[in-house]
Amino acid sequence: MYTASDLKKGLRMKIDNEPYIITEFNFVKPGKGQALYRSKLKNMVTGSQFERTFRSVDTFEPADLREKKMQYLYKEGDKYCFMDSENYEQVYLTEVQVGDSKNFLIDNIEAEILLFEDKPIGISLPNFVDLIVTEAEPWAKGDTVSGATKPVKVQTGYTIFVPTFVTEGEKIRIDTRTGEYLTRVKG
Amino acid sequence: MSSSHPNDNFNLARKAQALSLRAKLIQNIRLFFIRHNFLEVETPLRIPAPAPEEHIEAITSGDWFLQTSPELCMKRLLAAGYSRIFQISKCFRAEERGSRHLPEFTMLEWYVAQFDYSQLMDQCETMLIAVLNNMGYDQDILWQSRKISLTSPWEKITVVDAFSQYAPISLQEALHQDKFDEIMVEYIEPRLGIDRPTFIYDYPAKMAALAKIKKGDPNVAERFELYIGGLELANGFSELTEAREQRQRFEEASEARAAKYWARYPLPEKFLTALEHLPPCAGIALGIDRLAMILANTDKIDDVVAFTPETL
Repeated sequence: MYTASDLKKGLRMKIDNEPYIITEFNFVKPGKGQALYRSKLKNMVTGSQFERTFRSVDTFEPADLREKKMQYLYKEGDKYCFMDSENYEQVYLTEVQVGDSKNFLIDNIEAEILLFEDKPIGISLPNFVDLIVTEAEPWAKGDTVSGATKPVKVQTGYTIFVPTFVTEGEKIRIDTRTGEYLTRVKG
Repeated sequence: MSSSHPNDNFNLARKAQALSLRAKLIQNIRLFFIRHNFLEVETPLRIPAPAPEEHIEAITSGDWFLQTSPELCMKRLLAAGYSRIFQISKCFRAEERGSRHLPEFTMLEWYVAQFDYSQLMDQCETMLIAVLNNMGYDQDILWQSRKISLTSPWEKITVVDAFSQYAPISLQEALHQDKFDEIMVEYIEPRLGIDRPTFIYDYPAKMAALAKIKKGDPNVAERFELYIGGLELANGFSELTEAREQRQRFEEASEARAAKYWARYPLPEKFLTALEHLPPCAGIALGIDRLAMILANTDKIDDVVAFTPETL
C-alpha cells in the first residue's frame, strides 16, 4: 500500500481496478486546515484524466505494472500483434492502445509492451526509428530556400515533413516521441 | 546529494532580484512597526511545549520542539503588559512541503492589546499598503498575469458567504460532510483576492484553537485570513483570553492528535497560567515568504528563499 507521503508525479496506482498515473501533484494546506494532496490522474488504459484531492490518511493500492520486450509481428483487423521474444507468446493491442506508435511500427521492430496485471495496455517504442521514404515529390532544382520542407510518406503510411532534398527510397531517422524528422540515414 | 556544482551558483545568482525584494520587504515592514510604536521582540525558537493543534506538527529538537509559531511566548509578553509587539522569526512545521510551503519559513507576527479582529484587519491593510507604497507599488500589483488593486478598502467576506458564492454546497453542508478543507482549496481559495486583496472572516469555531468565540454566535470564531491572488498570506484573530476554555481546547486537540498517532505534547502550562492576565487583544501571523512571492511575481516559494531543504 502507498500512503499520502508516497504520492508524487509519475506514481502509478490502482483505482477501481484500473491503472492510473499521477500527472500533476501539489501539496496544499488551507489555513489551520489539514494537509491535502491535489493530484491530476490519468487512466493508463483509456487516457481519460481527472482531478482528485487526497488526505494524508488515505492509502493507495499500487498498480501491478511491468514492461516486457516484444516484437511487432503484424496487424490483423484493428488489432496489432506482438510476440514475447522469450516465450513466443503472442499478445494483441488495440488501435487506441497503440496510439501514435502505429506510425512507426515496422515488421519485427522491438517495443516495450506495458502490462497491467499481465494484460497488455500500452506500448513504448525506441526513441528513434529508421523508416524508408515511399512517396516524395522530386526535389525541384533551384529550390534552395533553407529550412523549406515538404511532406513525404514513409513505409508505415505516416506523412512527415522533411527537408526538400530528401528523395524517394531514402531512409530517414524519426524521433518517435515527437514524430519529427531528425536526419537522413545512409544504407 | 550531489556535491557543489556550477549550477548551484547559477541557481543562487538568478534569485538576486527576488532576494533583494525580500530583503527590502522585511526592512520596510520593520520600519512600519517601529514608526507605529511597536516593540520588536525575540522569543526562543526552541520550546518545550508547542500549542497542540490538530493539523500542525512540530519538529523535535532534542527533548524539545522547534516553534510552529511564536504565538505562546508573545501572548505571555502581552499578559505581562507589553501591549504592542511584533516579531519576524523562523517557524518550523513537519512534513509541509509544496509549491507554496516550506518546512522552515519566515513569519511576521504582531499583537495589539485592546484590539479585536476587525481592527486588526484594518491595521493589516494599512500596514501592507504603507509597505508596498514605500516599495514603489502605488495603485496595484501584478501577480501571475493578474492586476490586483491595492486601493483601500479591501474586500471583506464571511466564510459562510464565500461558500454560498463560490462553492457547490453550503458551509453547513460542507462541515456536515467533512469537506470544508477540500471545498476551500478547490472552490474558494482560488477566488479570493483576485481583483483586490480579500479578508475572509468568521470561521467555524472548531477551526480556531486559540481564537475568541464571536459574541452572540457560539458557532463562529473571530478569526480571519488574508488572500491575495488566491494565495493565503495571513491568519489573525481576536485572542481567546479564558484560561479554562483554552485548556479544554488544547485537551481536545491533543485527543484528536492522539487519535491519528501524532505526538502528544506536554501542555504549555506557563502559557495557560499567563492567559489569566491576558488583556483583550488580537494577533496575526503573516507569511513573509508568501508576500515575497507576490512581489517577485512567482507562484513558487522556492524562488524567494536562497536555499530550500533540497538544495542543502
